[in-house]
Amino acid sequence: MYIVVTIAILITMALALARALLGPTVYDRISAVNMFGTKTVLLIAVFAFFSGRTDLLDIALVYALINFIGVVAVLRLVQYGDFHSSAKTSTKTGKINSE
Amino acid sequence: MIIDILSGLLLACGGLLGVIGGIGIHRFPDFYSRLHAVGTTDTLCAILIILGLILQTGLTLDAFKLLLILFFLFFTSPVASHALANAAMHGGLKPWLSNAEIKK
Repeated sequence: MYIVVTIAILITMALALARALLGPTVYDRISAVNMFGTKTVLLIAVFAFFSGRTDLLDIALVYALINFIGVVAVLRLVQYGDFHSSAKTSTKTGKINSE
Repeated sequence: MIIDILSGLLLACGGLLGVIGGIGIHRFPDFYSRLHAVGTTDTLCAILIILGLILQTGLTLDAFKLLLILFFLFFTSPVASHALANAAMHGGLKPWLSNAEIKK
């Protein structure tokens, strides 16, 4: 029963990876990575039950948290160019100012 | 016995929905329509699969952990999709409003 779900999730992850490689815009790639991340969470949860070691669920929970934060962080990087909005906020260019 | 059938059904529906989301991400022409496929099926597929797993464990600590995962994914997956669309629109990616763009 778990094998069917595992195969389905693996197919979805393959399709998401294909979209991440093909995706024209950077936002396609980010949404594909986001989809890949949530499917990884599900894969870990299903594998935890498949192997009987249900202490893997903590890993699934942490991965879900990290995946969400990662997506938001990448979106912020793509949108505002640099993370540390330094004192010179006038430089709206995308380059990471060196000093 | 009923529980096994029900959880198997939930797991199967969740897996099927995931594959549909994966196919949808390739079928749609534009980023914003593709976001429909990713956003909705991501959340519902996670809910169905985790509900299927909760039925397997009954009332234990694992069920509580699964419930935590479910609630977290239930709230953050749409937020991530919204942040994505917002960043795309802010970044200047125009959605296809008419089929003129498709003919180009």
